[in-house]
Amino acid sequence: MSTKLSNITKPGAYQIRTITGAETTRLMEMGILPGIRLEMIRKAPTGFPIEIKVRNSFYTLRKSEAECIELEN
Amino acid sequence: MEQTPKTIALVGNPNTGKSTVFNALTGLRQKIANYPGITVERKVGTSIIGGVLHQIIDLPGAYSLNYKKLDERIAYQALIGSYEHEEKPDLVLAVVDVTNLDRNLFLVSQLLDLEIPVILVLNMMDVAEQKQITINEQILSENLGIPVISISAKKREDIERLKQFVAKAELSPPSPLAWLDSFQLRQALGKVKKEWIQPHTNIPESAQHTEALRLISEGNFEYVFYTFEEQEKGLKVIEQAREILEQAGENPMATEVLQRYDFIDRCTKDATQQNTDTSLSITDRIDSVVTHKVFGPIIFTSILLLMFQAIFSWATPFMDFIDLIFIETGNWVANALPPGILNDLLVEGVIAGLGGVVIFLPQIVFLFFFIYILEGTGYMARAAFVMDGFMTKVGLHGRSVVPLMSGFACAIPGIMAARTIENWRDRIITIMVLPFMACSARLPVYALLIAAFIPATPVLGIFTYQGITFFGLYIFGIVMALLAAAVMKWFFPSGQQTPFIMELPAYKLPKWDVVFKNVADRGWIFVKEAGKIIVAISIVLWFLASFPGVDQQEYDQNAYEGETIESYQLRNSFAGKFGQIIEPTIEPLGFDWKIGIGLLTSFAAREVMVGTLNTIYSIEGSDEDIVTLKEKLINDTDPETGQPIYSIATALSLMVFFALAMQCMSTIAIVRRETNSWKWPTAMFVYMSALAYVCSLITFQVGSNL
Ligand SMILES: Nc1nc2c(ncn2[C@@H]2O[C@H](COP(=O)(O)OP(=O)(O)OP(=O)(O)O)[C@@H](O)[C@H]2O)c(=O)[nH]1
Ligand SMILES: [Mg+2]
Repeated sequence: MSTKLSNITKPGAYQIRTITGAETTRLMEMGILPGIRLEMIRKAPTGFPIEIKVRNSFYTLRKSEAECIELEN
Repeated sequence: MEQTPKTIALVGNPNTGKSTVFNALTGLRQKIANYPGITVERKVGTSIIGGVLHQIIDLPGAYSLNYKKLDERIAYQALIGSYEHEEKPDLVLAVVDVTNLDRNLFLVSQLLDLEIPVILVLNMMDVAEQKQITINEQILSENLGIPVISISAKKREDIERLKQFVAKAELSPPSPLAWLDSFQLRQALGKVKKEWIQPHTNIPESAQHTEALRLISEGNFEYVFYTFEEQEKGLKVIEQAREILEQAGENPMATEVLQRYDFIDRCTKDATQQNTDTSLSITDRIDSVVTHKVFGPIIFTSILLLMFQAIFSWATPFMDFIDLIFIETGNWVANALPPGILNDLLVEGVIAGLGGVVIFLPQIVFLFFFIYILEGTGYMARAAFVMDGFMTKVGLHGRSVVPLMSGFACAIPGIMAARTIENWRDRIITIMVLPFMACSARLPVYALLIAAFIPATPVLGIFTYQGITFFGLYIFGIVMALLAAAVMKWFFPSGQQTPFIMELPAYKLPKWDVVFKNVADRGWIFVKEAGKIIVAISIVLWFLASFPGVDQQEYDQNAYEGETIESYQLRNSFAGKFGQIIEPTIEPLGFDWKIGIGLLTSFAAREVMVGTLNTIYSIEGSDEDIVTLKEKLINDTDPETGQPIYSIATALSLMVFFALAMQCMSTIAIVRRETNSWKWPTAMFVYMSALAYVCSLITFQVGSNL
């Protein structure tokens, strides 16, 4: 079973399972790769974008990008 | 390195310290701030390294050569030698942030394919030490096949060390595609190169791998900047190349990236050591407040209000002081020189015109100071995060926050900063509404009119009508920008949601010396640039307003009751005549011909308005009573009716006009350059000026009938 990052509501650490969709290349170029640890940090006041942490760096992601990231349960 | 002049380019991810290194090497002062995407242009300087004068190039940051945004594309083009006919660099200094080495090395692995010698500069070693990250440069250098040095760009001795290292380094182009270990990708790459790039484009040999890989990953020509024929054929070749990969079970969008990261893992495995850091950092703690659901937007709004407050009230004592200096200087010059044309020209034209603008220096300094602090600490990226949802609703983008905020200083850097917005539609809307943000050139006009016509009576305890009007004008600009964006969004509906992957950098204390130097630079530029136009326009205007002269007899015959000879002369001067020609068109807005002259000259730049009024009113005033422009405006009366020229309605109408009208040639020029067509600047000029006319009309008509 896997969950999309866009459906995660609670902050916490996860492992990335796959990256799919139109933004695959860009996400992966930034080191957001399958098997890597991803922390969901928080949501913006309006729900999206969200803030994540990967390899010591923090990023914002909109819903459309968060939907590209599937996490291991 | 041989002792010949070279072109050395600084390349790296955004916010890694490239401009810091550039400034240290060249002695220039490129803007540095803690926000990814500060540099959006190719900037050139020189530096003496090993006794030879080299050319140094600072480039915008990029995560990948597979560019998506204009600033990234500039970096790519500069590297492959296809940016404005510049040669490709002879040496690349890859500036990387060691706290996220793997991601930074992704770009470096791409640089290694370009057949340009690369030196790896590991920056931010001071931060790495705190985080207990250690790197063995020797091993990393052997694994990557390029020289490696670690520095902290903020330390002067490290920059010296970097120079010596560069001077001594043995440079040879790295061998391309060292990371490539899949047979299929190699095959696909060869196909696109041979069947498409070589016969159909003029991409230089050394960049062909990179371009081929880009096309395979993209699968289309959407972002291509060069011209080519036979697009159909190209698409077919790319499609076939992607099929080769897909048949082998590889994803064309992912396979290159995965292989590069495998290569990076191999290179760094035995060269780096770091403790996975899970502790709650200071940045985390600040962010839990600053980006909080409720507090986040409140903090953002409070910061804006505080900024306007500072500009409005903290600057006052400094402004009074400057005012005094100019009045005293004017008096002194008037007395020291023999009376005559030169005396009048200097006192009434140059000193009055210049004084009218330099007085606003303190406010401009405060404004820039605030913006530099917000950018230097890293807060701006958070503002973009917090405001993204809202900005999207009105047709903008989270990344529009920074350009719009810089619009308070000046529209020009703001419009350029919009290069960091990837989607063309979001970018255009940002550019088109940006000039509504109350830029520093409007400050002089607002401040003058408010001081003269809005009562300083306190309201609600801590506020005054003056303060409220001042805030009101800023808010008015913001609201109009957002409204205009919302209307434009309706005109250009968006297909799908656009991406917003932005790095939130760790908070940093701003470097105070950099902040102060930058603020001083900006202040000086303001005085210099404004001064140049204002002195020129003041002199021309002084002539137009002083001639033809009148004699006593003519005055006695024709003047209105109570009109002084100076007023009579001005009214009949060239400038006066001209002003009266346009008067009918602006009369419904409450403006007389003197304001009309000011409106015309201020199309060169807004702040010229104040200098113009200063010159006009100095000519009209008699020599003995040099009073401030403010008092002259208050006391000005219509010679025909004896009524004051300015009512509160006139002043408000004029402020509304300045808030909305497109009165800045430099903005028009920059919009032309950034959008590459006259269509957008023309549209901008027309819609903003029309809006200004209509809103001023309403303001005056409603205001004067209340
Ligand atoms: N602690 C630390 N901070 C640094 C160092 N070098 C640069 N910085 C800071 O890093 C931030 C980014 O610096 P810039 O020089 O603007 O980075 P850049 O690579 O030009 O950024 P872009 O133009 O946005 O791509 C600024 O806040 C600098 O003060 C360093 O060695 N140590
Ligand atoms: Mg820079």
